[in-house]
Amino acid sequence: MDQEHIKLSAEGVNLSFGSKQVLKNIDIAFPEHQITALIGPSGCGKSSLLRAFNRMHDLSSNARIEGKFNLEDQDLYEKNISVTRVRSRIGMVFQKANPFPKSIYENINYGLKINGIPKDQRPGIIEKALKESYLWDEVKDELHKPAITLSGGQQQRLCIARTVALRPEVILMDEPCSALDPLSTLKIEDLILKLKKKYTIVIVTHNMQQAQRIADKTVFMYLGEIIEQGDTGDVFNNPKNELTGNYVRGRFG
Amino acid sequence: MKLLQRERIDFAMKLIFQVTGLLVIAVLGGIFFMLIWNSSAFFSEVKPWDFITGTQWNPSGDPIRYGILPLLVSTFLVTLGAMIIAIPIGIGTAAFMSEYAGSRIKNIMKPAIEMLAAIPSVAIGFLGIVVLSPGLASIAGLSNGLNALNGAILLAVMALPTIITVTEDALQGVPHSFKEASYGVGASKWETLTKVVIPSAAPGILAAVMLGVGRAIGETMTVLMATGNAAAFPQGFFHSVRTMTATIAIEMGEVPFQTTHYFALFAIASVLFLITLIVNVIGEYFVNKFRKFHSS
Repeated sequence: MDQEHIKLSAEGVNLSFGSKQVLKNIDIAFPEHQITALIGPSGCGKSSLLRAFNRMHDLSSNARIEGKFNLEDQDLYEKNISVTRVRSRIGMVFQKANPFPKSIYENINYGLKINGIPKDQRPGIIEKALKESYLWDEVKDELHKPAITLSGGQQQRLCIARTVALRPEVILMDEPCSALDPLSTLKIEDLILKLKKKYTIVIVTHNMQQAQRIADKTVFMYLGEIIEQGDTGDVFNNPKNELTGNYVRGRFG
Repeated sequence: MKLLQRERIDFAMKLIFQVTGLLVIAVLGGIFFMLIWNSSAFFSEVKPWDFITGTQWNPSGDPIRYGILPLLVSTFLVTLGAMIIAIPIGIGTAAFMSEYAGSRIKNIMKPAIEMLAAIPSVAIGFLGIVVLSPGLASIAGLSNGLNALNGAILLAVMALPTIITVTEDALQGVPHSFKEASYGVGASKWETLTKVVIPSAAPGILAAVMLGVGRAIGETMTVLMATGNAAAFPQGFFHSVRTMTATIAIEMGEVPFQTTHYFALFAIASVLFLITLIVNVIGEYFVNKFRKFHSS
């Protein structure tokens, strides 16, 4: 673990909404080109931790966050860093597929336009992103149809394509398969495994099998704290902590 | 015995509520019928086309003229002016409340806007005569400021609460996930607002505008007090105008009963009714479309 290059990390993180503390003294590191799964029962703070990395908590006025967040050497909460730049380096895929009410093409084009990518380069980037998300063959003839006409799984792959198109360094995924059927889930997992060659991926999941199928590292959280983290095999098969053992064996959650 | 009594009460109540419900429809139907009946008496004497396109309104002069084009244009002018002012301010305010304002500012603004809607129109008209029109007169160098612009500004103030409230509802109704997706690809607040939130809320915003238009067209007291009421063909925003509503209000009190002039006022009311009906139907259409869009 020591030789791995750490892409994204956080130290001493405390997060509270109003008087409710949701993250307590979190230290965490995500190695480059690996998939790290965040697991734990509902309300344990895994989604909150994920969203802290691309500064989504900036949007809630009652969130108070402290700690040090780093992407390589860049302090993500540094005063004069632009939050939009942070979010284009750290992409996010949400729990429910949330394509814009626009065409398939425009869904990807939007982010490119906003990030100032020249017009003549955009069609190529869009095609490449759709190919990387294995959606191209299914939609290449209907790029200008509304995105909501796609199936749930296709929509989620479009959302991944939208994220990938911006060439982020890290992709955060917040339960990306929780609203999908098993077949679509497998397709997305397949996609995530392929994306790991180019990106560092952090995925929140409630699905133990999913974590074991795709994650290199697993982090177990409970009540806002990290209970255990390590290689996925170790966390699931030789948990050091009793809580972890009970959770991964499905005794509570 | 007791059971029978309860069933009787149940039946009686059902009947009462049925009657109150039907009463509303009957009132609407009655008004509609009254307008049509009296208007038809007028249209048996004056051709509808001449009525709509006639450029002079002079029911007591010689020769007598029943042309409502100047009144129609006056109403149109004042409403247009009001919307030019109220739409950007209304959408801007709604966007501020929905996207930028903290909860403290919002808690002050919401009741303030509701209070603005509660001000009687006669008070707003008074404001127009005493404060706004002298101001306009001195800025534009006119003898008095009782003109279309004065009326338009006041109507804008009166239409604002409707436009703000309905637009804000529409903006709030945009799913949070759209905003997150936009921020997620690195968009700023402004980009998210103009490229994602407002386009998604467009049907609701259009409904807000239509309802505001309906309010401006139908308003009587304010325009009666503030626009000078010259029945001459309107020349522009800095000239005195007389809207359809003001004409009815002014002349209804002194017109002899059941004369052509009397029926002519009903005919104006019918035209007005038709216009506001169309505007409201369009507004409702977009409100419903918006609801469907979000419930799915």
